[in-house]
Parts: sequence; structure tokens; C-alpha cells
Amino acid sequence: MKQKINNSKGSTEEFDLTVMDLDNQKYVLRLYITGTTSRSVIAITNLKKICEEFLEGRYELEVIDLYQKPSLAKDEQIIAAPTLIKKLPLPFRRIIGDMSNKEKVLLGLDLKKV
Amino acid sequence: MSRSSNTLLNKNLQKSPTGIQGFDEITCGGLPTGRPTLICGGAGCGKTLFGMEFLVRGATQFNEPGVFVSFEETNEELTQNVASLGFDLDQLIRQKKIALDHVHIERSEIEETGEYDLEGLFIRLGYAIDSIGAKRVVLDTIESLFAGLPNQLILRAELRRLFRWLKVKGVTAIITGERGEATLTRQGLEEYVSDCVIMLDHRVTEQTSTRRLRVVKYRGSIHGTNEYPFLIDENGFSILPVTSLGLKHSISNERISSGIIALDKMLEGKGYYRGSTILISGTAGVGKTSISAHFAEAACKRGERVLYFCFEESPNQLMRNMLSIGIDLKPWVEKGLLQFQATRPTFYGLEMHLSATHKAVNGFKPHIVIMDPINTFIIGEKEIEVKIMLMRIVDYLKSNQITALFTSLTSGENSFEQTDVGISSLIDTWLLLRDIELSGERNRGMYVLKSRGMAHSNQIREFILTDHGVELQEVYIGANGVLTGSARIAQEANESAEMLTRKQDIERIKRDIDRKRKSLEAQIIALQTNFESEESEAIKMIETEQDSIKRLEQDKIEMAESRKADDDSPAI
Repeated sequence: MKQKINNSKGSTEEFDLTVMDLDNQKYVLRLYITGTTSRSVIAITNLKKICEEFLEGRYELEVIDLYQKPSLAKDEQIIAAPTLIKKLPLPFRRIIGDMSNKEKVLLGLDLKKV
Repeated sequence: MSRSSNTLLNKNLQKSPTGIQGFDEITCGGLPTGRPTLICGGAGCGKTLFGMEFLVRGATQFNEPGVFVSFEETNEELTQNVASLGFDLDQLIRQKKIALDHVHIERSEIEETGEYDLEGLFIRLGYAIDSIGAKRVVLDTIESLFAGLPNQLILRAELRRLFRWLKVKGVTAIITGERGEATLTRQGLEEYVSDCVIMLDHRVTEQTSTRRLRVVKYRGSIHGTNEYPFLIDENGFSILPVTSLGLKHSISNERISSGIIALDKMLEGKGYYRGSTILISGTAGVGKTSISAHFAEAACKRGERVLYFCFEESPNQLMRNMLSIGIDLKPWVEKGLLQFQATRPTFYGLEMHLSATHKAVNGFKPHIVIMDPINTFIIGEKEIEVKIMLMRIVDYLKSNQITALFTSLTSGENSFEQTDVGISSLIDTWLLLRDIELSGERNRGMYVLKSRGMAHSNQIREFILTDHGVELQEVYIGANGVLTGSARIAQEANESAEMLTRKQDIERIKRDIDRKRKSLEAQIIALQTNFESEESEAIKMIETEQDSIKRLEQDKIEMAESRKADDDSPAI
């Protein structure tokens, strides 16, 4: 939540607004997978389930196969696969693995407070 | 027969030359082609640079494009860092000869949520390799992954897969790793990369640092096993495998003057051999530098180039001092025949000195190299290392037919025949200067301790510094021992006085004899005159007597005639 303060314009009012807004913020997610490995498939299934449950109607998920677009690996600084990148809302975050640990996925998506 | 040897050759490990000066010699050709090589070492020992030079030289000299994957430095930093070595990465990138990829891992951004692999990295690497057709890959420093990704089990399995994958790809790879406590690398990368392991080391002894390189392991190839010193300068890496030099120098019979006529005379009248190594040792202030300066001047007069390393004096100070004994070196410096290299021995490590020497010699191509003095190195370094370094310098100079003159300062306590550096065995001609203290004076003596390959003088000469250079005097050796300085002069004065009196004595005796002879001759003349007068008187008397006898007979005849005496009967 610390980073949030940096992004707000500084006033307490705006901060409160932002916090209230949190529940309605739109999520932009990108999932990078490597072909049709079992790990990729599991990741997609897991992630979709979590998104439907917690972010219904306010998320945008794009699944990208790195084998099809290898140059993206460099541009997006990806080393591990599968990697989920949370572009919005900030902070920027990478979630790696097959998303089988639901708690950690929620933590990474800032949907659950520590 | 030839076919079998050919196939054997083909089966031999293929090597990719690195283009790094000296490295291809010690590894007999370079790094193993198509295999990963581990470069390990502590911080700041040059791992990144080694990798970068491998790529740049590969791209520029051997037409092998390369990919540099950096886990620590960004592309901009990397480009800047190697620009100081004259590598223009930007241009090489534009020419598609080199690809840079900075892998950025931010621990705080990453959340592990289950099983994963490093396929993303593989794809990146594969994409970079394919985009420029790379033959060479550097991963610097892959261990950073361990800091970014918490799951070591996955990481280790993936690294193993990565190195296998690199082999399959057929790229010659360099993987760098930070040195660990007990292992070669902190994360034990040597377990995965086992074809070739090279260790870089950066050691500080007595406040001077030395970089060293060692080939720890090289599967399927012979390689030099020593620790080779190396340096990083504006031309990149250079490793000095000079110990591999054999004793195979070609030998010259040419003799060159030492610049001091009397010294030449002590050395068969011809001077030193060209390409030999000369050592001048002695206590402080005996004139070692003066002899060196003479030699330098003589060489310059012959039109030869002289490289003068002075480790204690600045060139200007040295030239001023030499002017006081009548040696003017400045014109030769201006003509470009004489070059000074002045550095403090402690300024950098031995290897740096060695390389600086190499570079200066290669650049200037001198006929004569003077190092004055060599034993100041000892201050910073261990004796054995200094000896090895000097051996390398001597070897190097000899193999280039360069005459080397070293001076060495002997401390008063040591025996004179012992140099501090212990390099006497490397020396061909050894001149020893020593001070002789006698009757409240300190004078300089010089003798030839050894001189290989010539019948040199065995005499001690008195060594005098005059305003027109060095002079060597015969010392006085007499009943009172060796005399030098004013004692010698006094003795010489005594001798000449004695000689004078002796000469005067002889003159006197000569004169005496002369006088005696003269008086004797006078006496002889007087006696002769006496005799002559007596003789003439006697003759006169004889004549008178004969006259009177004649007259008597005449008278008798006349008387007989008058008596008319018979002629037959005698008268009376």
C-alpha cells in the first residue's frame, strides 16, 4: 500500500478516494506461457478461476505464447514461465508459477492484505 | 597413415580462439568450441571484461557474432564500461555482430505461486542467438538468478538444462561466477560447467595488487597449469605466458662499447656482448647510474635506441646529475634515441611493470634497455616473485637481442657478491662497485666479478668521477695493501720523489766518472809531452856523439896522410 501513497496527489482526501476506488479498479493482466505444456494449461485454468471469483467484470486478461512472440520475452523482462504480469493497477508485479498457490496469487494481485 | 592422423586431428577438441593476448597460447588455441566455460573469481577481477573481450574479438577478428546476457549491468552501463577499452559496442550492435540482453530481476516484484521453469530465459537467449547467428554467448553473472528466484531446486535443475541446451545449440559459451568460500563459485556452478574452468584472481600483497589467471581444468586438452599474471589496460586483457620461453635465444658475437674506454679494456678491450645482460651492483653512491649513463650515451652516439627505466629519479634530475660528470643526455632525448620511463616500483604490481616493460620495449624497439635500479622492487614484493619477473624480462630482452643493463643497490650489511634480488645466475657480465675506506677517505673501486665468454681483467680499478666522465685508475697495490684516493696519490708522490733522487744520484756518478776520465786524460797528455821532450833530447845527444865519432875518424885519416904512412901498415 505504500506505493499507493506515492501515486496519489498527496492530499488525504484523494488518498481516501483511491482506497475506496481499489475495489472497483480495472485489472490489466498478461499471462505469458510457453506453448501447451501442462504447466501452461494449469496456469491458465487457475488464473481464470481466481479472476472470475475476485475480479469479475473488471479485468482484462491476455494470454501470450512466448514461442509465437519470442521478442516479447526480452521486452517484458521475462525469464520464468509461466509469468503473469499485473500491468494495472500499480504496483507493477510479476507472478510466476502455475498459480496453484491461490493465497500467493491473491497476494501478488493485491487482492489480499498481508 | 596420414588419413588416420587426420581423423585423429579432427577428433581433437575444436577450439575457438579468444583473441585475448596470451590466453590462446596457454590454452593451446582458445576455449572449447561449442561448450560452456566457467570463469570464476572474486569481485573486480575482470570476469565481465574477459567475457566481453571474448565476444568483441570473436565478432571483429573471427567473424563469430556473440550474445552478451548481463544479469547485473544494464546495456548502457556495459557499453560505457567497455568503451574505455576501445570497444564500440553500439556499432557492433548496429552491424548485428553483438547482441546485448540485460536480464533484470527484481526480487520485490516477483511472487512465486507454484511450479515454473526458466523457459522464458531460454526463449530470450534462443531468440538473441538466432537473430544474429551467434556462435558465442556470455552469461554474466548467472548466479544473480539465485538472488532473484527463491526456489533453488527449480533453479538448479533449470541451470543444468540451460548448459545442456547451450551445448546442443553449439555455441561457445562463457559463464561467469562469483568466487565462493570453499568452492570455485558461490552457487557451485562448477558442478554444471565442467569442460573448462578458468579462475581469475586479484591479489593484494604488500599494498600492490596483481591479477592472475589459472586454467583450473580443461577437459580434453593440454593447457598451461601455472598462475599467469595478467593485466587490464586500454587494450583490454593481456596475459603474460612468458615463462614458456625456452633458452633458445640466438646469440650475437658483436661487442659493444661500455662508453668507458678503461672499462672496455678490462673486458678484452671490446666491451660487452650485444644481447647480454649486465649487472652493476654496489653500495649507495658508488656510481652505478654514472656507468649506465655512459653506456646510454655511447649507444646513442652509435645511433642506437636506448630505453632507460628509472625507478628512483625523475628523468630531469638524472639528466642534470649526469651533466655534472660531463654526460649530456638531453640532445639524445630530443633526437628520440633515448627514452626515459620513470615510475615508482610501488606504483603498481610486478606484472604491471612487466607488461609496461613489454609495451615500452615493443613500442620503442630499443637496442639497449637500462633498468636503474632493479632492487627497489623488493620493497613491495617477495624476492622469488621479483626474480621470476626479472627472469621474464631478461628472457624477453634476450630473445629480442636487446642488451640489458641493470643496476642493483647492495646494502652494506650483505656480502658484496650477493645481490638482493638473487638474479646473479641470469647475469652475463657483472660489474661490482665497492667503496674502499682507507685513512679517513671513502673511495670507489670497481672490478669485473664475472663476464661470461670473455677473458676479463681480474684487477680492481679505482673508479673516479670527473667532470668529463668516469675514469678508471690502476689502484696502487704495494706492501701496504691496496691504496686508493689520496693515499694512492701520496704513495705515488713518494715514489716519484724517490725516483728523482735516484736519477740525481746516477747523474752525479756519471759526472764523477767523467771528471776522473778527463783528469786522467790530462795526466796522460802531460806524461806524453814529458816523454817526448826527453826523447828529443836523447836523440840530440845521440846525434852529437855520432858527429864527434865521425870527426875523430876524420882526424885520424888526416894525420896519417900527413905522416905519409903506408896504406898497408897501420900508422903508429
